[in-house]
Amino acid sequence: MKILKLIFKNTLRHKLRTSLTIVGIAIAVIAFGLMRTVVSAWYAGVDASAANRLITRQAVSFIFTLPYSYRDKIAKVKGVEKVTYANWFQGVYIDKNQFFPRLAVDADTYFDVYPEFLVSKNELETFKKERNACVIGADIAKQYKLKLGDVMTIDGDIYPGTWEFVVRGIYKPKFKSTDATQMLFHWKYLDETMKKFSPGRSGNIGWFIEKIKNPSQSGEISKEIDGLFKNSTAETKTETERAFQQGFLASTSAIITAMNFISFVIIGIIMLVLGNTMIMAARERTREYAVMKTLGFSAKHLILLIMGESLLISIIGGGIGLFFVFPLVAGFAEVIPKGFFPIFRIVPITIILSALSAVLIGVASAIFPIQRALKTKIVDGFRFVG
Amino acid sequence: MSIPFKYSLKNFKSRKLTNVITVFGVALVVFVFTAVLMMAYGIQKTLVATGTDDNVVILRKSANSEISSIIGGNIQNVIRTLPHIKTTKDGKQIISYEPVVIINLDKKGGGISNVTVRGVSPEIKKLRPQVKLVEGRMFKWGSRELIVGPSISKNFIGAEIEDKIKFAGDEWTIVGKFISGGSGFDSEFWGDSKQLLNAFKRGNSVSTVTLKLDDKSNFKAFKKAFDSDKRLKQFEPKIEKKFFEEQSELMANFIRILGIFITVIFSLGATIGAMITMYAAVANRTLEIGTLRALGFSRRSILIVFLFESISISLVGGIIGILFASGLQFFTISTLNFASFSEISFSFALSPNIIIGSLIFACVMGVMGGFLPSVRAARMKIINSLRAG
Repeated sequence: MKILKLIFKNTLRHKLRTSLTIVGIAIAVIAFGLMRTVVSAWYAGVDASAANRLITRQAVSFIFTLPYSYRDKIAKVKGVEKVTYANWFQGVYIDKNQFFPRLAVDADTYFDVYPEFLVSKNELETFKKERNACVIGADIAKQYKLKLGDVMTIDGDIYPGTWEFVVRGIYKPKFKSTDATQMLFHWKYLDETMKKFSPGRSGNIGWFIEKIKNPSQSGEISKEIDGLFKNSTAETKTETERAFQQGFLASTSAIITAMNFISFVIIGIIMLVLGNTMIMAARERTREYAVMKTLGFSAKHLILLIMGESLLISIIGGGIGLFFVFPLVAGFAEVIPKGFFPIFRIVPITIILSALSAVLIGVASAIFPIQRALKTKIVDGFRFVG
Repeated sequence: MSIPFKYSLKNFKSRKLTNVITVFGVALVVFVFTAVLMMAYGIQKTLVATGTDDNVVILRKSANSEISSIIGGNIQNVIRTLPHIKTTKDGKQIISYEPVVIINLDKKGGGISNVTVRGVSPEIKKLRPQVKLVEGRMFKWGSRELIVGPSISKNFIGAEIEDKIKFAGDEWTIVGKFISGGSGFDSEFWGDSKQLLNAFKRGNSVSTVTLKLDDKSNFKAFKKAFDSDKRLKQFEPKIEKKFFEEQSELMANFIRILGIFITVIFSLGATIGAMITMYAAVANRTLEIGTLRALGFSRRSILIVFLFESISISLVGGIIGILFASGLQFFTISTLNFASFSEISFSFALSPNIIIGSLIFACVMGVMGGFLPSVRAARMKIINSLRAG
């Protein structure tokens, strides 16, 4: 108990220095939390992917399409429960800086395969009946202040022309990891328009999504599907939704590596700051330590004293940082364009990592001063002048 | 009268560890700051070098990138009738009708990525003279052959001369390797425009049309003729250099904003570190400060000497940081460009502006960290500080 009191007293001796260090640690924890949140936002697609979904796309790359006729062939593969499909529509909504995905989907089956998009029965029925209707995610509705019955005008690029869609449904995300920033409309509407204006491009599917009965069979089913179309002009590549999302991430791995690296540099820098504080404190107290040693305090006491002070500062700083990281991430999420990171939230592991790093900083910063305090001989300690 | 700077320099020696730690902290922050700027500048430099001043690229107005643009045959005919297009000696217009597609290839480091395949027309040598063949031969017009940029051969499996790549139901043989002076074309495959259109069954719908102007000053006149033709309403001409610069913006800005945001937070940490060091330096020298004041040095010279000390710490840190960052110039990064959805390879690039910016950044950290402690030193009362010892 005496030690605890001494730790508190020591911490308060240089109020300015202690508070500066606490602020420094708080800032580092905030930066670290923000950084990890960006990295986890990057992986959001992987987290949201379901184990019982496979994605079949053109083997050459995602910009090439598959014939509609593949649908029935895929549906016959054993283990495939339901097949749906989608096309990447893109286009320009308002201006070129609105990134949310706009997809042409099969109205009848899409929401069966994606049960995490929650649409009310009524809305879904109206959507299915109306050719140029669309369903949008709740986040999109909020961001652009869209309500049922509103018209979205989109300037097509891949599919030229001006397109108008009536919002007939707003879906809510079932899980926190579900992307609520998509805009979905009838693939049939797209296809009919294509038939009229550029017949060569009708009957094209961007990718098929298969719901399978047993996730453990995903490997065999994928192989079987790809085998169906081997040596045709449009060979397919089927993989689990997770693998598909990871493939996208792999191509940006350089950036993820850089961000991971930076988030650990933050910890390094702040370790230097707290380490510096502790070294200074220990240096100033060299004579005190000599006195304590003379009085019979053991090495254990000195270690507890220094380590305790270091940990106290880092935990207070870490706590303050964690407290502020939430409003800051929320603010950051408002600033970045919607759709750039569909899911931007603090995941539990981020909090754990931040807290752990605060403790780590506290422990690591104490090592050097402890070593110094223990090594200094009592006589030298008394002789020491600051 | 001012205090000799030697006084400050001597002080470094007396508290080596603390000063070294502070210098190291500043160096780390400046390193990251410089590296981020170098990365953003590297992308920009690569893509800006891709375009030429007197080339005009035409694409669909709503398209963000080459792959999402479509130009049909009838529009190509209209473009041909426009004025100010440069012709070769034998009267051919210098125009390239380019289908641009993306194929997946396996990266050497594992994983797959998107690679651009660009179809070009026979006038290409006149259109982009910066592209030079260094190995093998040019592809034969009318055959399924490709030439490859150096970044692709370096980063992807099976992209050397004589390798075959399978796409669009056919095998394409790589017959040559070209360089384009570190531009974005280094990360592309090139083949015969007509062959690619044919293989992908695209009729004659290309992605973009690039043409050479008879003189770069004629762009305005060209654009005027272009805009006045109603059939071209959905399309827009851009100077090639500007187009590729725009292709780098999304990526460069992303890196810059994220990077600067982070380094500013970092710098707060380092500034606090410097501040703690300087406060300690002041507190430990209370007696000295009193003596100096008693000897007749003014408050101002005390302030200056402590500020000088703090700025020199941060400048030394800054220089170390920049030195380490400049070593990054030997590294090349290959990543997906968000704007074009395809792989682009670029190096960290240092410019005088970045060096100056980083040094200023370091100085600011020094001033911010050193100012309050220096003010405290300058405001000490002579009597009190002499008593402190």
